[in-house]
Amino acid sequence: MQTLDNLKIGQSATIKGFIDDFLSLKLTEMGCFPGETVKLTNIAPLGDPIAIEVSGYQLSLRKQEARTVIIEII
Amino acid sequence: MSQKKNSISVALIGNPNVGKSTLFNALTGLNQKTGNYAGVTVDKSYGLFELNNQTFKVTDLPGTYSLFPKSIDEEVACKALLDTNEKIDVTIIVTDASNLKRHLLLATQVIDLKIPCILALNMIDEAEKNNLTIYQNEIEKLLDIPVVAINSRNRKGILELKQSILKARVSNSIFYDFEKQKQFFPQKYLYRNILELGLQKHNENNQLLKEYELNDTVYKFSKINYIISKCIKHPKQIDKTLTQKLDTFFTHRLYGFAFFFLVLFLIFQFIFYIAEFPMTWIEGGFSEFMNWVANILPKGQVNDLLVNGVLAGISGIIVFIPQIALLFFFIAVLEDTGYMARASFILDKLMRRFGLNGKSVIPMISSVACAVPSIMGARTITNWKDRIITILVTPFVSCSARLPVYTLLISILFVDKQTFGILNYQGLVLMGLYILGFMTALFVSFLLKYILKTTEKSYFIMELPVYRMPKWQNVFLLVLNKVKMFLFDAGKIILAISIVLWFLTSHAPGNTLEELQKKAEINHISDVDLNAQKLESSYAGILGKKMEPVIAPLGFDWKIGIALITSFAAREVFVGTMATIYSTGDAENTETLREKLITEKNFNTQQPVYSNAVCWSLLIFYAFAMQCMSTLATTYRETKHWKWPTIQLVLMTGLAYLSSLIIFNTLN
Repeated sequence: MQTLDNLKIGQSATIKGFIDDFLSLKLTEMGCFPGETVKLTNIAPLGDPIAIEVSGYQLSLRKQEARTVIIEII
Repeated sequence: MSQKKNSISVALIGNPNVGKSTLFNALTGLNQKTGNYAGVTVDKSYGLFELNNQTFKVTDLPGTYSLFPKSIDEEVACKALLDTNEKIDVTIIVTDASNLKRHLLLATQVIDLKIPCILALNMIDEAEKNNLTIYQNEIEKLLDIPVVAINSRNRKGILELKQSILKARVSNSIFYDFEKQKQFFPQKYLYRNILELGLQKHNENNQLLKEYELNDTVYKFSKINYIISKCIKHPKQIDKTLTQKLDTFFTHRLYGFAFFFLVLFLIFQFIFYIAEFPMTWIEGGFSEFMNWVANILPKGQVNDLLVNGVLAGISGIIVFIPQIALLFFFIAVLEDTGYMARASFILDKLMRRFGLNGKSVIPMISSVACAVPSIMGARTITNWKDRIITILVTPFVSCSARLPVYTLLISILFVDKQTFGILNYQGLVLMGLYILGFMTALFVSFLLKYILKTTEKSYFIMELPVYRMPKWQNVFLLVLNKVKMFLFDAGKIILAISIVLWFLTSHAPGNTLEELQKKAEINHISDVDLNAQKLESSYAGILGKKMEPVIAPLGFDWKIGIALITSFAAREVFVGTMATIYSTGDAENTETLREKLITEKNFNTQQPVYSNAVCWSLLIFYAFAMQCMSTLATTYRETKHWKWPTIQLVLMTGLAYLSSLIIFNTLN
């Protein structure tokens, strides 16, 4: 199973589902919901957090949060 | 600003970074006020405008991504929309036309509440620049509410928006799954019921509600995807945007950090050195004014209270304005341009370990100048726990008011200006004290991370907004509002405490002071000596002597006790009070005071009073102790609870006492 923290810069993926209940609602509200395409655009200089492009804008989240998003790399 | 009964109440709701404040400023101009929502620390901005003899009262609700509350900001916004006592007549949903999908979630939630609303498509220019084709009529048809295209930054469409407020209506479109909701909650079939339930239960882990909320959000996005496909045409090829290009610089492992330190350096220079000029003018101006008032009014109690109590207190409040204004100027520009989110992004991993946030760095560094503006600056931290920790530990960082105290004590410790290689001991110790302050702040926040409990879940899911030029009207209004807030909220408390301090130092039981005065006249005692005697017999002097058993283990006598009481007004007052007690007169002339303190001998033992042990103990005490009423007043203003300034006081002064106790007894 691939999760969002596995993406490399420039790679895109489709969101398949979530592992964490609380974060799933927050992420969905931020436009990260099953079926959407995400692209990893940036990784902070210290390796964490990461920035993704989703629903037409840039969102940053920590790796531990990205780990709760199940994806399928395109 | 009195609210007329027949005014129409309008609320602005929208995501953070949508330009809601810019729109609010464009609608109301200078005709606005900032207050607080009851019981919470969220700012409430409201203002008035008139159109065709009709008054509109606009409330700028806090930015929110959803009406399912997960933070205090979201809770406040949701509550305001559901409030039946202070009913909102019209809700303007502010959305970003260049990035409509996510913004439509909140819009569909508001529409489902069945309240009169209109949709503002903000940043319409940007959408056009990105070659987006937006079919406005189609959006209007699908949402079934009036839609107005605006650009709050160049005021395009503002008049049209004002005019369409009266056309707001309850939509007939429905964006929630009615049947599904009945399955989940058989008794609650209105969307409003779900939000009410959410407000009641968002702190509990209600599985059923959580599941429904997720279900509803996914359902809404499926409807939104349909709207987007019908109403917006995206260009086929998108070039690398300016924001992406800037990001490669601002989040670069080398340039990114270098730029951040440059920003810190600039802020530091401004609030440490540049602010010094206006602060000197304010203090100088006030002292002239105080002399003038003192001479013009008849001598006596009232004169003394007015000049040395009230005016001195007001001067002590106004003197903070330059630093607050400058810090908030920078914070406003950094927020408005979108840079603050990037600073947070690159620093998060580092600061997280200490229970802090990327946004804690600017308040902590600014605290080298003064903790008061820094604590106010912590408002930019959206996470409650991170904000409280930042507020609590910020005063550990050595501020500029400690400098005169440090300088005096270090000059007593190192009389002969010894050097360590090319380094001078005095400089080394001073640097050490600053490092000690920073380390303690980080260490304490690390501990608080485990101690403080919160119901708010901590996460770092943050939008990285598009870079924009700062909007100077926003910057100006933010600075103005912050200064006003400090003057009227924290200012009241500072004034009250300064009057108490004035009373303690200028009054004594019975007619002791009058007798001292008479004796002095008969025996030709100089004013300087008289002032020392007066202070000794004042209430503050009595308190200082009463305190002696408590502070004696730290090596402090009653004279230092008095200075501890008076320097609660501000740490640097310590030097002035010592000068009065040791009758060296002019507080500006610390050289005489230094000589006096070095030669001061204990009456019984004939040992120097200011031994190494005492000086080190005092230094450490001033490094840690919460000797600043303005900081406590500001902490109260920013947390709206006496619990937090009390914790701050006990924590800091407790740590100071323990450390000084250990230092003194080790060295003595």
